[in-house]
Amino acid sequence: MDPIITLQAGVATGTVLLFATLGELLTERAGVLNLGVEGMMLIGAMTAFSIAVSTGNPWIALVAAMLAGGVLSILHGIVTIHFRADQVVSGLSLTFLGTGISLVLGEGLSDAGTIALLPTYSIPLLSSIPILGPIFFTKQSILTYIGYLLIPTVWFYINRTRPGLHLRAVGEYPAAADALGVNVYGLRYLYVIIGGMFCGLAGATLSLAISPGWFSEKTTAGLGWIAVGLVIFAQWNPIRAAVGAFLFGALRRLILDLQGPTVLLGFRNPFFYNPYLGFFLQMIPYLFTIVVLVIGSREAMRRRLGAPAALGVPYVRGERGL
Amino acid sequence: MAEPALAVEMKGIVRHFPGVLANDHVDFDLRVGEIHALLGENGAGKSTLMNILTGLYEPDEGAIWVKGRRVSFSSPREAIEAGIGMVHQHFMLVPSHTVTENILLGLDKPRFWLRLPEYDQQVAELSQRFGLKVDPKAKIWQLSVGEQQRVEILKMLYRGADVLIMDEPTAVLAPQEIEELFKTLRTMTEEGKSIIFISHKLNEVMDIADRITVLRRGKVTAAGLRASETNKAELARLMVGREVLFTMEKKEQTPGKKVLVVEDVHAENDRGLPALRGVSLYIREGEIVGLAAIAGNGQSELVEVITGLRPCTKGRVLVNGQEVQNRSARSAIDAGVAHIPEDRTQVGTAPNLSITDNLIMKSYRRPPLAQGWAIDRIAARQQAEGLKEQYEIMAPNVQTPVRLLSGGNLQRVILAREISAEPTLMIAVQPTRGLDVGAIEGVRRMLLAQREANKAILLVSEELEELIALSDRIYVLYEGQVMGEVHDGSMEEIGLMMTGTRQSELAERR
Amino acid sequence: MTAAQPSSPRRTLYLPFRISLEQRMETPAWLPVVTSIGAVVVALIIGGIILRLVGGNPIRAYAHIFEAAFGSIGQLNDTLVKAAPLMLVGLACSLAFRMRLWNIGAEGQLYMGAFGASAVVLIPLLPPDTSPWIMLPTMMVAGILAGALWGAIPGFLKAKLNVNEIITSLMLNYVAFAWNNYWIFAHWNESGFQMSPTFPRSAWLPRLADYAEQVPFFSGMTLHLGIVFSLAAVFLIWFILYRSRWGYEIRLIGDNPRAAQYAGLNIVRNTVLVMMLSGGLAGLAGMAEIAGVVHRFQERISPGYGFSGIIVAWLAKLNPFAVVLVSILFGGLILAGREIQPSGIPSMLQGIILFCIISSEVLVRYRFSIRRQEA
Repeated sequence: MDPIITLQAGVATGTVLLFATLGELLTERAGVLNLGVEGMMLIGAMTAFSIAVSTGNPWIALVAAMLAGGVLSILHGIVTIHFRADQVVSGLSLTFLGTGISLVLGEGLSDAGTIALLPTYSIPLLSSIPILGPIFFTKQSILTYIGYLLIPTVWFYINRTRPGLHLRAVGEYPAAADALGVNVYGLRYLYVIIGGMFCGLAGATLSLAISPGWFSEKTTAGLGWIAVGLVIFAQWNPIRAAVGAFLFGALRRLILDLQGPTVLLGFRNPFFYNPYLGFFLQMIPYLFTIVVLVIGSREAMRRRLGAPAALGVPYVRGERGL
Repeated sequence: MAEPALAVEMKGIVRHFPGVLANDHVDFDLRVGEIHALLGENGAGKSTLMNILTGLYEPDEGAIWVKGRRVSFSSPREAIEAGIGMVHQHFMLVPSHTVTENILLGLDKPRFWLRLPEYDQQVAELSQRFGLKVDPKAKIWQLSVGEQQRVEILKMLYRGADVLIMDEPTAVLAPQEIEELFKTLRTMTEEGKSIIFISHKLNEVMDIADRITVLRRGKVTAAGLRASETNKAELARLMVGREVLFTMEKKEQTPGKKVLVVEDVHAENDRGLPALRGVSLYIREGEIVGLAAIAGNGQSELVEVITGLRPCTKGRVLVNGQEVQNRSARSAIDAGVAHIPEDRTQVGTAPNLSITDNLIMKSYRRPPLAQGWAIDRIAARQQAEGLKEQYEIMAPNVQTPVRLLSGGNLQRVILAREISAEPTLMIAVQPTRGLDVGAIEGVRRMLLAQREANKAILLVSEELEELIALSDRIYVLYEGQVMGEVHDGSMEEIGLMMTGTRQSELAERR
Repeated sequence: MTAAQPSSPRRTLYLPFRISLEQRMETPAWLPVVTSIGAVVVALIIGGIILRLVGGNPIRAYAHIFEAAFGSIGQLNDTLVKAAPLMLVGLACSLAFRMRLWNIGAEGQLYMGAFGASAVVLIPLLPPDTSPWIMLPTMMVAGILAGALWGAIPGFLKAKLNVNEIITSLMLNYVAFAWNNYWIFAHWNESGFQMSPTFPRSAWLPRLADYAEQVPFFSGMTLHLGIVFSLAAVFLIWFILYRSRWGYEIRLIGDNPRAAQYAGLNIVRNTVLVMMLSGGLAGLAGMAEIAGVVHRFQERISPGYGFSGIIVAWLAKLNPFAVVLVSILFGGLILAGREIQPSGIPSMLQGIILFCIISSEVLVRYRFSIRRQEA
């Protein structure tokens, strides 16, 4: 087992999580909780794969996936922003909806054969840096590099620009923003849709780049939910979100790779000789998510920071309080 | 002399809400450079009228002119562009952002990049010019209430507001800060600004206003009265529609034994900072003890320690000789402590549950309502109906969810629940806030009645007049310490103590 | 002004009147029922449109579903078999949701319940020839305890550390699947197949078919005692929620936790207890599936009852009796779903139904008001 290869693959998986986490982060900063990430990722993955199969062009497929994610999230927006329904239940229903629709429309896709994938590159100078080079800059999908660029972009956008100021205000204290003429409803819609598009992008990353193909609901296998947990761990900060996403990607890959070699760290590899122990390895990402959540919650309690104050609360002009 | 120029004119404003006609053909005008008070009790329609003027709502009928031009606002932004700015009673400030960030919110400049230092400078200059001192880089949650109010005013001035609407601005200020505010307002009118001053406090209105308009139940009962040509009694009558008694009948009474003893209590607030730093006080049977303090000086935390909702790090709280500190809310309730909370909707009641369910909140554990594991619903309903009648709770029936009740009726539900539990100690926090005059009278009468019935009552209130009128003694709290205990204090003395002067120092001042 | 001042989002004046959403003052009792039914109808229509898009015939598909679910006594029997676990999970979710605890881990709790029940037989804790009167109740207790434990974990984390229970309970689903798989593959399988040997007769819940000799009508009917558990649970939950002191506390905490705290309630304890009961019910469903339907421990026990149960609870508006009705409906849907293509249809329909239900709730809480407007 080569740790460099493992980490390299981990970065790839991490990219999927990164897109989904950043998308949900933006939506939540605006004050809307969208638990439909898993469903939107699946729709994105299915759309991307099926469009790639029928058109042969992965880029069109990518855009289509983003649109699909965005369209699904509009439903969430209407129900929570206009109809003021409970955001938790609406998000859940979106997961069921997305999962169900992608299963139905994706029927038969798994036999569709191979598709043209998105290109992978190695960056010339950067890939020669010892250790970091091979992990981050060698033979990664173009989407991964886009991901790298996205991290500082999102950070700067949120913290150092005027639209970012409005985003934060809408999530913290929408009444203040509304009284000053900021279009609270409009902005919340915008970020819900952007979040949805990012989730569609994440799904497309899976089916077009990382693990090409369509495996019905096993395609995402809970990644969407891990992304939601990562947002909490990230304390709504894009840099921390990236750290979490790549860490998780590495973890997932590590679990797979642990079962391969006969010798592990100089000892007999228990996972090779008793393959059933692999089931416990499977549990690790999910247990780890729980641990990560606990850490995030305790820190929030300790630092008295935490979620955007208006997160999960529908905004109605004229109602007292938030 | 020519007609004075009108900054704002509103004619024939009508606005409905479900179940109520908030504004009924209201006329209102504001002259340039004047301070015009809009007077009315809670629910009279003042806020609605001003929300229409600031673009938050649209009127169902009526017309508005600003500086002689006919306008129709469909959003707050348009009102601000026309030069109308509102300083809200409940500040609309984002706590985690800085002063400058809050002032810049909603503006088109800066175009994209947020270069704060440049704007910090602008804000500093503006605050100098109008005498509103505040640090542009400070975060809102770090500021005092008075400073936050200054930020709200600066927000509007930065946008070039010529008309400033102050919505109940003195509710959260100490007497000295109120004086400062009035000075600032007069400075602003000299600079050409016009001010609408919304209030229900007659004293202040008589003090600051040039002209007064009174609203009652959505209608104008007096338009543009000159302050010099009227008096408190007439204004009160116009506000309420009948004669209003300003003094309460308070019988002479000898207090009995001590019911509540607070001994050297120290406690922290939610941020982990010290909120109570050695508070000691006592309350006896048959007396009302008032607690005077500006918001944020520890009174909330003190109430929470006594009612078991907050732990204390040092000291003791004894109710009838029993230690109740650091136990639980449940043990405080069982020890006979009743709590009328500051926040009726978020803490005091469960909005979607029925009146019955809210009334049994503290009595459901004991017979006759508790029958083994079950609750005797018939008994509960009967009890609720009895209480509804006794306390005159206006509602279709006892199954009505309480979120549909008005503020006054909500308070009646809470009072009914707490008083009928026959407590030994009653803690009332801001019990008359947000209520109309009739309800206020009712609550005060009830408190005095409990006093006569030999209960011990702790009254926490921002209305100094109310505290002085109802209390037998008043403790003044500042930064978590008792500054003094007053029997027949004057407003000025109490005001000084509320801002940090100890009682012992007061004597030196005189 | 009244305490609640709702108002509408701004709409530009395109028409000479203004449409807005205003809070309803009172809710007529028939309204939630009518909107729920309406939502289901709309959902079926939308589902039909999607079916058309994939080239299917919606009318035929729906007719087929109905016939497959309720067409004959035999099929009705099979529908009820599917409805039994749905009822238990639906009740589990209703209970938790009342306290605003979003238990999404019912599926995992069901699987753990199955594990607990199977462990009794497979370890073995009791020898195979134990009387069913001892074996079955032991399996029940084991199943309930395992499910309760699985529910207590997210409950405890939420209560003490305010950790989001949606994600924790969901993650534990995956952990439960892996846990069960380990035991099946590594220890309890039958000669290489991915399932345990068939359980001894004493570990089988009695079925109607067992009495075919006495009552010929019952021959071939697989409806098992689990349905009795479910119906008993309905009454238990009804009593708890609507008549008991604990139910009052649950409703109070769910409506306003701060008020509940002020009233002296112990929110931590109640959170854990409710999640334990919720998990226990789901665990019981798992036991019933093992002992009543599959009679062995295998990888796939549930076609997603845990998730469907969430939708059942919401469609039933958290009312225990309505849960019975809705469970039968969904049971039929799941049953018929095995036969129609594409296989994702029941899942998709459930998702659309839930979505329509949520959207329809706006009509219950608000109403449209049209006001004449002067320009």
